[in-house]
Amino acid sequence: MNKLILVVVAVLLLGGCSDDWGWYVVDPTTKQGITNLKFLASGLYYTVLLSVTAIVISVITGLLVALPGLSSNRYLRGFNRVYVEVVRAVPILVMILWVYYGLPQLLGLSMTVFWAGVIALALSDSAFEAEIFRAGIQSIDKGQYEASHTIALNYVDTMRFIILPQAIRRILPALGNQLVYMLKMSSLVSVIGMQELTRKANELVVTEYRPLEIYTVLLLEYLVLILIVSAGVRKLERKLKTNQRES
Amino acid sequence: MQAAEQKVIKVKQISKFFGDFQALNNVSIEVGLGERVVVCGPSGSGKSTLIRCINQLEVHDGGVIEIDGTTLDGSRNSLRAIHANVGMVFQQFNLFPHLSVLDNLTLGPVRSGKVTQSEARDLAMNYLERVRIPEQAEKFPAQLSGGQQQRVAIARSLCMEPKIMLFDEPTSALDPEMINEVLDVMVELAESGMTMVCVTHEMGFARRVADTMVFMDYGQIVEKSDTDKFFRNPESDRCQEFLQQILPH
Ligand SMILES: Nc1ncnc2c1ncn2[C@@H]1O[C@H](COP(=O)(O)OP(=O)(O)O)[C@@H](O)[C@H]1O
Ligand SMILES: [Mg+2]
Repeated sequence: MNKLILVVVAVLLLGGCSDDWGWYVVDPTTKQGITNLKFLASGLYYTVLLSVTAIVISVITGLLVALPGLSSNRYLRGFNRVYVEVVRAVPILVMILWVYYGLPQLLGLSMTVFWAGVIALALSDSAFEAEIFRAGIQSIDKGQYEASHTIALNYVDTMRFIILPQAIRRILPALGNQLVYMLKMSSLVSVIGMQELTRKANELVVTEYRPLEIYTVLLLEYLVLILIVSAGVRKLERKLKTNQRES
Repeated sequence: MQAAEQKVIKVKQISKFFGDFQALNNVSIEVGLGERVVVCGPSGSGKSTLIRCINQLEVHDGGVIEIDGTTLDGSRNSLRAIHANVGMVFQQFNLFPHLSVLDNLTLGPVRSGKVTQSEARDLAMNYLERVRIPEQAEKFPAQLSGGQQQRVAIARSLCMEPKIMLFDEPTSALDPEMINEVLDVMVELAESGMTMVCVTHEMGFARRVADTMVFMDYGQIVEKSDTDKFFRNPESDRCQEFLQQILPH
């Protein structure tokens, strides 16, 4: 949080001593300023909803793609490789455009901006989640599988009760990273008209024509959001660590 | 002796390859119900591979293994025979670090649908008493000493109520002062009539509980005889040499 305060102070100081700044657009002491600030903040809802929905889908998809990658069957491993390589190679913006404009034509259905955004972000991210899960699961000692075998656990139970709980503890920092990444990448969905933080800022810039101030507020919005999320992830990590008491 | 007539483990001429390397070469052994077999031999001789084939942690390449009359062929049925009959204790314990001792013990019985959660708890406490650490039930593995961890691992296997227990150098990873507490538990288990196949170099333990001694070298069983005879006059030179090396002079 200290970092954040520093940045805010620095920006305000800069603003105070330069003639180019026009803080009136977002001045909380004027009625118009408050209206504008509220307008900018109103994008928060979709930024969070979009990112959280996308990360949930992406984590589940990532896990489902990671598991065949660990199989002894080479066709299953091949599926994992092709999925990861292909999906990882598509730029996120291109994925968003393709899912929103292309996919509905292909499937013959219409898609809301929200779901196009969720699918595109989740799809893009799932390749990275798959690699994270694969590394996490591979880091678990093979003795854990062998012990599971000797107490008659089947594959699903072994994964569910033994391997994944340990793997997830290890990859939690990486998963937290992906969530932060997702929050930032959700700004790209503004290009298809999603009413999230960045879109709101763009719209306000068009009417107020004060890009410097408005985008500065936008930047701070992301900064606050992400610092809060990071703190939450770190707290969760600590909690899991003390629960496990693993040496 | 009549109990030993019923062979619960039949290993017939099995071989096992890792790539080009042959870890087991035409190995045969039968173990009767209630029989205690101790397997020894130099490092790399195939002892672990043999007992890992018996519960199919390794799949043998040639020959036949039967557990309690069921041929191990990778089928569901043969997997069931292993799960129902064979427990195993590892050198490295392999406890589940994220679960409490109690959860380590109850997970198998509960998930295999044999018992309810509360029955499993009673079962687990019962076996923790037998390995003499009921007071550690709520702890996590990392909070226990090596000897305690290995006893938990033994109890975890026993909770599945197997007919046969396999031990792969259960005391080799332990500090010397903890070896006896684990061996004591194993002696008691032997006295209770459990069928046991133990890979170990604890010859005092072997003399005390083994009915049959097996000496392996280069992926083969070089010598297999009654315990008395094995220690009094081993037939092969290699076995004699090995015993001289590991027995106190
Ligand atoms: N998974 C494996 N891959 C390759 N070689 C192996 C594997 N497991 C065992 N071996 C080899 O097989 C031989 C016998 O191993 P093992 O049965 O563990 O011996 P022991 O338990 O008697 O020390 C050793 O030479 C070992 O290197
Ligand atoms: Mg070994």
